[in-house]
Amino acid sequence: MKEKKAILALEDGEIFAGTSFGYQRDAGGEVVFNTSMCGYQEILTDPSYKGQMVAMTYPLIGNYGINESDLESEKPQVEAFIIRELSACVSNYRSTGSLSDYLTGHKIPGIQGIDTRRLTKHLRDHGVKLGILSSTELDPKKLVQRAKALPPMEGLDLVKDVTCKTPYDFKEELEEGFAWPKDIAREAHDGKPLVICFDSGIKRNILRKLNQRGFSLRIVPATTSAKEVMTYKPAGVFLSNGPGDPAAVTYLINTARELIGKIPIFGICLGHQILSIALGAKTYKLKFGHHGGNHPVIDLKTKAVEITAQNHGFAVDPDSVDKSMIEITHLNLNDKTVEGYRHKKLPLFAVQYHPEASPGPHDPDYLFERFRKMVVEGVW
Amino acid sequence: MPKRTDIKKILIIGSGPIIIGQACEFDYSGTQACKALKEEGYEVVLINSNPATIMTDPDLADRTYIEPITAEFLEKIIKKEKPDACLPTMGGQTGLNTAVRAYETGVFEKYGVELIGAKYEVIRKAEDREAFKKAMLKIGLAVPKSQFAYSVEEALSIGDRMGYPMVVRPSFTLGGFGSGVCFNREELERTARFGLEYSMNHEILVEESVLGWKEYELEVMRDLKNNVVIVCSIENFDPMGVHTGDSITVAPAQTLTDKEYQRMRDAALAIIREIGVETGGSNIQFAVNPKNGDMVVIEMNPRVSRSSALASKATGFPIAKFAAKLAVGLTLDEIPNDITKYTPASFEPAIDYCIVKIPRFAFEKFPGVNSELTTSMKSVGETMAIGRTFKEALQKGLRSLEIKRFGLGADGKDQVFDVKLETRGKLFDFIKNAPDDSELRRKIRSYIGTAREDRLFYIKYAYYAGMSTEEIHDASKIDPWFLENIKQIIDVERGLIDAAETVNLTETKESTKELIRLAKRTGFSDRQLAFLWGSDEKSIRELRLSLNVRAVFKLVDTCAAEFAAFTPYYYSTYEDENEAVASEKKKIMILGGGPNRIGQGIEFDYCCCQAAMALRELGYETIMVNSNPETVSTDYDTSDKLFFEPLTREDILNICDAQKPEGIIVQLGGQTPLNLSASLEEAGIKILGTSAHSIEAAEDRDKFNKIISKLKIRQPDNGIALNADDACRVAAKVGYPVVIRPSFVLGGRAMEIVYDEEQLRQYMRDAVEASDEHPILIDRFLEDALEIDVDLIGDGETFVVGAVMEHIEEAGIHSGDSAMVIPPHSLSKEKVKEIIQKTELLAKELNIKGLMNVQYAIKGGEVYCLEVNPRASRTVPFVSKAIGIPLARIAACVMAGKRLKELGFTEEIIPPHVSVKESVFPFIKFPGVDIILSPEMKSTGEVMGIDSNFGQAFYKSQDSAWCRLPDKGTVFMSVKDADKPKIVPIAKGLAELGFDLVATEGTAAHLKSQGIPVNSVKKIAEGRPNIADLLKSGTVKLLIVTPVGKGPALDEAKIRSLAVMHEIPSLTTINAAKAALSGMRAYREKGVTVRALQDYHAAMKRDRISNVRNSGRLESRHA
Repeated sequence: MKEKKAILALEDGEIFAGTSFGYQRDAGGEVVFNTSMCGYQEILTDPSYKGQMVAMTYPLIGNYGINESDLESEKPQVEAFIIRELSACVSNYRSTGSLSDYLTGHKIPGIQGIDTRRLTKHLRDHGVKLGILSSTELDPKKLVQRAKALPPMEGLDLVKDVTCKTPYDFKEELEEGFAWPKDIAREAHDGKPLVICFDSGIKRNILRKLNQRGFSLRIVPATTSAKEVMTYKPAGVFLSNGPGDPAAVTYLINTARELIGKIPIFGICLGHQILSIALGAKTYKLKFGHHGGNHPVIDLKTKAVEITAQNHGFAVDPDSVDKSMIEITHLNLNDKTVEGYRHKKLPLFAVQYHPEASPGPHDPDYLFERFRKMVVEGVW
Repeated sequence: MPKRTDIKKILIIGSGPIIIGQACEFDYSGTQACKALKEEGYEVVLINSNPATIMTDPDLADRTYIEPITAEFLEKIIKKEKPDACLPTMGGQTGLNTAVRAYETGVFEKYGVELIGAKYEVIRKAEDREAFKKAMLKIGLAVPKSQFAYSVEEALSIGDRMGYPMVVRPSFTLGGFGSGVCFNREELERTARFGLEYSMNHEILVEESVLGWKEYELEVMRDLKNNVVIVCSIENFDPMGVHTGDSITVAPAQTLTDKEYQRMRDAALAIIREIGVETGGSNIQFAVNPKNGDMVVIEMNPRVSRSSALASKATGFPIAKFAAKLAVGLTLDEIPNDITKYTPASFEPAIDYCIVKIPRFAFEKFPGVNSELTTSMKSVGETMAIGRTFKEALQKGLRSLEIKRFGLGADGKDQVFDVKLETRGKLFDFIKNAPDDSELRRKIRSYIGTAREDRLFYIKYAYYAGMSTEEIHDASKIDPWFLENIKQIIDVERGLIDAAETVNLTETKESTKELIRLAKRTGFSDRQLAFLWGSDEKSIRELRLSLNVRAVFKLVDTCAAEFAAFTPYYYSTYEDENEAVASEKKKIMILGGGPNRIGQGIEFDYCCCQAAMALRELGYETIMVNSNPETVSTDYDTSDKLFFEPLTREDILNICDAQKPEGIIVQLGGQTPLNLSASLEEAGIKILGTSAHSIEAAEDRDKFNKIISKLKIRQPDNGIALNADDACRVAAKVGYPVVIRPSFVLGGRAMEIVYDEEQLRQYMRDAVEASDEHPILIDRFLEDALEIDVDLIGDGETFVVGAVMEHIEEAGIHSGDSAMVIPPHSLSKEKVKEIIQKTELLAKELNIKGLMNVQYAIKGGEVYCLEVNPRASRTVPFVSKAIGIPLARIAACVMAGKRLKELGFTEEIIPPHVSVKESVFPFIKFPGVDIILSPEMKSTGEVMGIDSNFGQAFYKSQDSAWCRLPDKGTVFMSVKDADKPKIVPIAKGLAELGFDLVATEGTAAHLKSQGIPVNSVKKIAEGRPNIADLLKSGTVKLLIVTPVGKGPALDEAKIRSLAVMHEIPSLTTINAAKAALSGMRAYREKGVTVRALQDYHAAMKRDRISNVRNSGRLESRHA
């Protein structure tokens, strides 16, 4: 197979030359790096990556192919995929196809063969950058111009692009053999408390985990009003992860504001940010975000350290948080950013990181149990 | 959690001599632990019998005891030092087992010493297979079906029920020792019998075989707050059935999805918590069924290990250092990540490269042993390589291995069974014809069905022969992902071959550049390119540089570049950006020794580390280059910059290009860097210390002979031969017996003593291949001569002897295998003086700047020079510790331009105490091999016994070498005729000490005739009951068996080999027997005491000062 040249150009003029894989078309977006060493399939299909081109720092990607079970949404969500070396073969008993074919099938372009470490260092030192990936136009200057013309992530509401169009129920369970923790007693499906999940780009594994904790789940579009939510008579509300700038998702912020205090609420990632804004705090854009599966987070109460999966470009500004009302519960030990908080009086807590893992460690799994307790027993 | 203040003094147990399964990784961990605990303000007491370690450097621990690592000596040290706590997890299985024994005999309780790092119960639970299995089932994890057996009969009945194949694993053994896969009843019976004998608690596990499953390891750390992190995942290239120490391993895991990886991670967390390892690192092994993902737990080591050293080097996360800190109560989030400084250690490293570890074997040293790889470890060392792809790392690893390969074949060294592909024409023809050769394919298919040292190369040949990945996987069970990567290397090679006819090496064409860049990114060396393109390494390098295809250096930083890194630990690759920017400082580069092998081991790492420390103190930036992940030299703390790279001309020049050091030190890393000196100098690199010219003069036989005759120093008559007839002529001229060997070898490789022409012709036929380039050296062998080693240091002006060492065994045994004593105990002062004079003459003539080692033989009052090595020798650390002067450190300063006078070392020091170095052998790993010592070095490690007199020092050295001399019981003797008169006084002495004596008929008759009470016993061939029965019954506590002939078929060889299996000490020379007698006598009369190295050295210093006062000058040599 003849390899086709491809170029990744950043808005500040940095050029990375490699070869094309996946679907051959141009793509643009914010370039971010992810340090997970496995789990590329989950990353590709995580709707939080909408608008972003993801570079994997681990150089060997595609080794175990693609399987049916590890999808976090129905299709790859990244704008493009950037790697050092695409595996020419697939080796895994669950695999049903190759990464390259999967991307091609979903019209997602990729570039391989570039110095991904140089790219990572560049983003680390200079902050995330907008970029253009092309295998048709190889003039770096033109590509840089096009990258400069892309809209910045700040102020961008990408939730509307990934949220579901109509409400649906979710009953899928964790895959046999891969459920954790092992000691959870499964309850009968009937009479389970209903949780309404706002879909800002929700990962399937969050739903599987909520399901495992004995909730029945209805997923609703992010634009669903508080009033409509309350007509379902839910026992709890969940705000999901998602892409883009949380501050731009004003409709969901308003809905959240209305719901706070009326019903137990749990938020993850973008949900964490949106709830914080609804509570009067501010969010800001991180220099290069947190994208990986090895972030140490300390639980300020127990002082226990958990290793967590993270994927966010924005964070909650701790100085803007009303401490009389909100207790910050978790901090990132690498850069001391806010990783979680709880409302002191109202049933509400949220975390910035991903207790559903997928990909990543299972250390923060207790948060789903905490949500169950909040909904069922009223303690949080 | 703050660190504990209720403990102040901590005892660390080292791992003792280097043996198979326990090598310098424990020097690395122990050294880190010493440093870490001292950094936290604790007083550190260390016990380790191995003088070649960096950890026993008197500057590292506060109190260093070079004493036998036994419960007995541990108690003596505890009694003397009264430590508050003992850290047993740094010294490998030896450390753990010694701690277990000491605990069980109540030593810790008696003196109020707390075990930290791992409690007794935890060690038992992790190490006792039954307890471990129960614990696993309790937390819902699967283990291979298994049952314990305490007798061979029990094992067989389990085997009959469970079906074959199956695995036998003895409890409490080292490096999987005694374990094995059994394909039938007969094999099970044999393995079970062996395993039961060697298990500390006579227990074996008979286990369902998961042969062919994928094997993984996780390195786990836990702190007192129950925080757990996984430092690294490792996937084995070789599937289950091969000991992980003998497997090629890769980090991180390559073929696990996140779901599978996290399931394994969850299991690891559950295991470390269930077993109850409160603090520190553990290694957990898993097997995964490639067909359905079923996962079973194989085992856990509740301590740092070979794998944890590898994981530390692979990630930049120093497991042992942190484990030591966790043991005193710090928690992971309280320890900063060394590399990033601003982020904590409570995280899991993300790596952005691929690590490949390849084991190094030494089967050529043990002819006749089964070289198939099994669950019992046989490799003697390992090398690690870092690349951005598996392909790059694999090829770098192969050229790091010191097996004269320059990658995965295509280097002129390919050999498919007996077909040598030493020219590219032959290789090209082979590639063309192999697919049509169905017989060859059949042979290869069968060959790769078994794991072997060279299986990797045969996988490549399998592809040459047209086998598909699927076929190769079916035969070898190696994961298709690894196989496909090998295939991609071949694809690139094919591209190079296709271009071979058309490529123009004098033109800088873009297409050539693309091709070379692709090859370099796939890990090809310049040597391979040169081979395939009919050129030479130098021309390829020039072309490559003119095309601007240059190696860049990337950082190992624990975090895949997410955070800025402050620790300069680099590897080379072919990418855009170079991160190793040369500093403005004055820089010296030190070349390490590469993978451990017999003949080149930890001693050289000790020298390199010492040099790095010394040069740092002198204000130089030190640059270390090495490829051995077990070592202290590859700890990023040791030097200012670390390059984890193969030690080849190409790779070193690449570093020099990027770093531009003032000069390079080649004489401390053993023969590997020394052999590179000429080619590096030719490339314009400055060799520091003794010049490349002098090095060549010492290594080249002709040039050396000229020097020797000029200096009027005697040497045994000798000559050079290029073929068998030549050899016979030379041998006849110098006279039999002769010592014969190939030139430029290490550790006496293929060196033999030959007694007649028939033997000589056989040697020339079987053992070596002589050629113009590789002549054979023939020396007259001096029978029964006394052998002497001298280490000297010089600065070109002043030459000072470090020590004169007298060998215990006579000449003819490789100096690396001999026991030695400082100061000489039987040599006259005049002879010592003569030897020193000769050594100084040689040093002056060679203009030695740095270290030199000379070997002599004394026969009939004449001193013969046997060998000169213009480099640090294996004995440098031993000497340094014996005389209290760090020779390697001083040598490094000299090489940096300091004078010995400035450094204050101008006179030899004669210690008032006696130091004995004893060698340790891997015979127990190679059942059936004769243990007779010869000019071919076989030992893997060494120990030191130090005390006020020879007897006690020798006694300790034997105890340290796990050959504890008995205090009572029966001694068996069988000596050759020539030794019969000499054995008499020894037998008399033994009888006086109350030993019962038995001997073979001839020996017994002679002893009886001298009036010594002795019973005779039958030889094995003479019927029963015989000596074998006596050995098995445990009556015999010591053997003295001197060799009549050579070869495992001999009766005496069988006896010796049997003794090894029953761990009964065997003495194979009269001199060793004599020394042992004096040892036993000293032990009986005086007992043994312990004394810290610091006390020995302080006493010497005091002596020297008082000598200065008394005589107005420093204590002079042998006055």
